[in-house]
Amino acid sequence: MSYQHRKILFDPIVDNNPVILQVLGICSALAVTSKLSTTITMCIALTIVTACSNAAISLVRNHTPSSIRIIVQMTIISSLVIVTDQFIKAYAFTISKDLSVFVGLIITNCIVMGRAEAYAMKHPPLPSFLDGLGNGLGYSALLLVVGVIRELLGSGSLFGYPILPLDRDGGWYVPNGLLLLPPSAFFLIGMIIWVVRSWKPAQVEEPEYQIHHAPRPEVAS
Amino acid sequence: MSAPEPESAVSAAPVESASRTLLVTFVVCLVCSVVVAGAAVLLRPIQESNQKSDLIRNVIEVSGLLKEGLTEAQALKRIDARMIELATGDEVKGVDPDTFNIVKAGKDPAISTELTRREDVAGIRREPRYLPVYRIVGADGELKKLILPVYGYGLWSTMYGFLAFEKDLRTVQGLRFYQHAETPGLGGEIDNPKWRAQWTGKVLFDENWKVQVEVTKAAIDSSTPDAQHQVDALAGATITSRGVENLLKFWLSDKGYGPYLSRLRHERS
Repeated sequence: MSYQHRKILFDPIVDNNPVILQVLGICSALAVTSKLSTTITMCIALTIVTACSNAAISLVRNHTPSSIRIIVQMTIISSLVIVTDQFIKAYAFTISKDLSVFVGLIITNCIVMGRAEAYAMKHPPLPSFLDGLGNGLGYSALLLVVGVIRELLGSGSLFGYPILPLDRDGGWYVPNGLLLLPPSAFFLIGMIIWVVRSWKPAQVEEPEYQIHHAPRPEVAS
Repeated sequence: MSAPEPESAVSAAPVESASRTLLVTFVVCLVCSVVVAGAAVLLRPIQESNQKSDLIRNVIEVSGLLKEGLTEAQALKRIDARMIELATGDEVKGVDPDTFNIVKAGKDPAISTELTRREDVAGIRREPRYLPVYRIVGADGELKKLILPVYGYGLWSTMYGFLAFEKDLRTVQGLRFYQHAETPGLGGEIDNPKWRAQWTGKVLFDENWKVQVEVTKAAIDSSTPDAQHQVDALAGATITSRGVENLLKFWLSDKGYGPYLSRLRHERS
């Protein structure tokens, strides 16, 4: 694998993370991270869909008239999502019940559509595939961090196996119910963005405007 | 990377022409629909058996047969599923209880009836005309346990579950919900094994076969005779707890399984 390809694959994990830097895909990051088993399934599903849709869209990019390119992208993405959803329903039934509509909602995940429009439409299939894979992994990296924190502190377990003995079962840990609710993912993602941007100040956005102090009025006395 | 690629050989028309637009649309739709339809058709048998075994697994769990040392396959053999017409308690032929979808049936106007406000204690709006019941029979064909699907509205969601009776048809063997969307950590604690265990051994009817159940916030005094009808409510989940009480009251009333239960009692005596 050339340096170029490695860069395409690994850049989106920290340096150009779709969630941390571009703040995309937040909706599903809130919804599926209360348990690690659902988090991982969602991560795999999204990574596969982003990689495959990028490759497929890149394959047809030179044949697609620009007037219908968005709908062509949507058709390809939705088909892949439906197929993924069918597979999860067939081979991971219990998890699919927890994920409910969120696999289907990958269709509307900004990361998938964003990579298709921004990258796959302009690049050959292999780099597009790697870009999709990389962005999927970047999304997964963040979701896993959030998922570990939420399940460990919210239910005292990881993958359903008890780690911290809960007070209601005679242990010492009083679980924090807030972490089981979607808003907690907001706080966690916010904190992760803060940490990453303090570590890599290049990711800090330029302020869109600055407040200027009004010149001191010259009062004629 | 942005160098123009050679014009494709698929069509002579330039990429931006109307005929090309139609062609691309057609080909993309055709390929995608074949892929989607193929996946759906090929995976359907696995999905259906998943759904079925998921339901049956819940029936087996609530029956307590596994705790008696049976394997899942042995337990499965003891289950006799039947469709019951709720209003009369008659058995309904021609509907397969294994593939009957309770969630869909409760919304389908063809096989459900609308409930009036007064009747709708469980908050379910429509009631299916018939539902499956699962009889656990012994080697001699005698009824050992009876498992009834029950559901009702909690705080956010309709909670779907199974209620298992001992053979006296008044003592609870277990109550278990398999589908709901109550708040995790609060109402979601209806899944907590400790809370579920409280139900085992509770008696849901009094001597005159009147429904008698209360999910209470007060401390339960086990010396009073009422204690056998009372279950401790979930902390921080008043409405979910009340939902559980209401759905039991509804399904055990004459609107629910009342006619079927009384028929079973008469057959016995």
